[in-house]
Amino acid sequence: MSDKIVEVKHLEKQFGKIRAVEDVSFDVYKGDVFGFLGPNGAGKSTTIRAMLSLIAPTSGTIRLFGKELRNNRGFILSKIGCIVEKPDFYQYLSAEKNLEIFARISGSSVSSSRIHELIEFVGLKGREKDKVGHFSHGMKQRLGIAQTILHDPDLIILDEPNTGLDPQGSIDIRNLILQLKNERNKTILLSSHILSEIELIANRMVIIAKGKSIIQGNVSELLNEQELIVSFEVDQPQKARQIISTNFSPETIGIIENNMLQFHIAHKDIPKINQHLLDNGIKVFGIDSKRKLEDYFLKLVSN
Amino acid sequence: MFWKSTYNEFIKIAAKPRSYIGLGAITVLVGVILFAMKVDGLAYISFITASFEQTLSFQGNVLNGNLMAFIVLQTLIIQVPLLVALVTGDLVSGEAAMGSLRMLATKPISRTKLLLSKFLAGNIYTLVILLWLGVMAIGFGRLLFGTGDLMILKSEGLVILQSTDVMWRFLSGFVIAYLALVTIATLSVTLSCFTDNSIGPIVTTMAIIILFTIIGTLDVPVFDSIRPLLFTTHMASWRSFFDDPVPKQQIANSVIVLLIHIVSLLGIALYKFNKKDILS
Repeated sequence: MSDKIVEVKHLEKQFGKIRAVEDVSFDVYKGDVFGFLGPNGAGKSTTIRAMLSLIAPTSGTIRLFGKELRNNRGFILSKIGCIVEKPDFYQYLSAEKNLEIFARISGSSVSSSRIHELIEFVGLKGREKDKVGHFSHGMKQRLGIAQTILHDPDLIILDEPNTGLDPQGSIDIRNLILQLKNERNKTILLSSHILSEIELIANRMVIIAKGKSIIQGNVSELLNEQELIVSFEVDQPQKARQIISTNFSPETIGIIENNMLQFHIAHKDIPKINQHLLDNGIKVFGIDSKRKLEDYFLKLVSN
Repeated sequence: MFWKSTYNEFIKIAAKPRSYIGLGAITVLVGVILFAMKVDGLAYISFITASFEQTLSFQGNVLNGNLMAFIVLQTLIIQVPLLVALVTGDLVSGEAAMGSLRMLATKPISRTKLLLSKFLAGNIYTLVILLWLGVMAIGFGRLLFGTGDLMILKSEGLVILQSTDVMWRFLSGFVIAYLALVTIATLSVTLSCFTDNSIGPIVTTMAIIILFTIIGTLDVPVFDSIRPLLFTTHMASWRSFFDDPVPKQQIANSVIVLLIHIVSLLGIALYKFNKKDILS
C-alpha cells in the first residue's frame, strides 16, 4: 500500500457554463480496489474521462504511475485497461475480431492464444465467432472486461460496470472483478452509485457529490459499524425519548415521524435500549439501523 | 502502431455493409450504361456525328471500348464522390455515434496517428472504388465493344485520339480523378470530426459539392474570382488529358489547388480531433 498509482488533485472540468466537476481529489494505491462512489450526475464519468484523456480538464492535475497525464499520455494509457460507461464494440464484427482490433493498438504484443484465454476467462468460450451485435448487455460487459485486460495492464478502470445488468449479471461481473484483484493482482478503480456494491468489493473509496470529493479513506473505517443511526418504531414516542435520553445520552435524538424515534448510538447499545423500553412498558414495533456514512450517502442520492 | 491502426481501420471498412454500396452501385450503373450502348449505341453515335457527316467520313469502329470508358467516366464521376463520402464521412462521427471512438481513444495511440490511419484507410477505399470504376469502364467496355480510336465531342470541336494514344490518358486522368476524390474524402473526414452524428458529414459533404458546383457553373462575374479556388472546379480536370495538346499548366494548377485543399482540410481535422472532448 505504498505506491501511489493515481493522484488526482483539485480536478475541475467545465463544459461551457456547466461545471461538471468542481474540485475532485483522491489517490489510488497499488493493489487497491478503489471505490469511486457518487450519485448519478456527481461527476464520476467526467473525472474518469479526464483520467483517460478523453476530455481535457479545465484545471487541476492528474498523475498516473508517477507521471503527469498531459505529457505522458501514451505511456500511461499503455498501462491502463478500462471500460467507460459501457463497452461499445463494433457490432458487425465478431467478439474475437473486436478483441484483435483493440489488441493491435494496446501498446503490447497480444497473442491469439491470449485472446482465447481471456474469452474463456470471461465465460464467452464458444461465442467468440458470433457478431457482438447479437450479444446481450451482460455478454458485452464480460467481453469489455476481456478487452480491459488484453495487454495485462497495471490499472483497470471500470465505470459503472453493473449498469443495466440483471442480478445474476451483476454477481458475475463482481466475481470477475474479485478474480482480477485476487488472481491477477490488478489495481482496480471502480465507479458506482451503489454503496453496497462498493462495500462488497472495495478496500478504499472516495465519495463525490455535485462535482466535489467529499470524503475518502478505507471502506471499513468509513462504514464504521460502531456508530449507527438507529430508528425505533414505538407506541409512546415521547416517553421512549425521555427514557433513552436519560439512560443512554445519545448524540442527538428526535421524533422523525409520528411513532418513529431516531438517534445516533453505538451498535452494542441497541439490545439494551430495546430491553429498557420493554421493561418500561413501551411496545417496540420495529428497529432499523444505518451507518452514518450510508445515511449520508442515501441523502445525497435522494437529493 | 500507425500501420496496425491503419490495418484495423481497413478491416472495419471492409466489414461494414455500407462499404459495398459503392462497388455495387458502380457495377449496376456501368452495367446499365454499357447495356444501353450495346442496344442503342449506334443511334446515339449517329446523333453526335450527324453535324459532321457532310464534311467528315467516319471509318472503323467508332462505338468502341475507349469511347464507352470515356462516356462512363464522364457520367459517373459526379456520383462517385457521394459513394466515397458515404464511407469516409462516417469514419470518425460514425464511431463517435456508436461509442467505439471512446474505446479507441483510451488506447495508447496518439489522436494524430489515429486520425491519420483513418484518413489513409479512407483513401485506400477511395482507390478501390476508383479502380473498380476503371476496371468496369475500361475493362468491360473493351471486352464488350472492342478497341478503336477515341472520338470525343468537345465545345471546340471534335477530338480524335488514336487507340494507341489513349491508355496513358486514361491512367493520367485516373490519377487526377483520384486526387479529386481524396479531396472529397478529406472534406468528409474533416466534417466527421465536428460532429457525433453519422449522417451529418455525408449530407454536408454532398451539400458543399452541390453548392460549389452551382457556383462554378453559374456564369456570373461575381463568382469569377472564387471559381478557380473551388475544388469542384478542378474535379473535372481529368478530362484535360483527352485534349490535344494536353494543357499541362492547367492540369498542374488543378493539382496544386486540390493538394492545398487536402492539406488544409487535413490540418483542420487534426486540430479539431486532437482538441475534441470525447463525450459520446
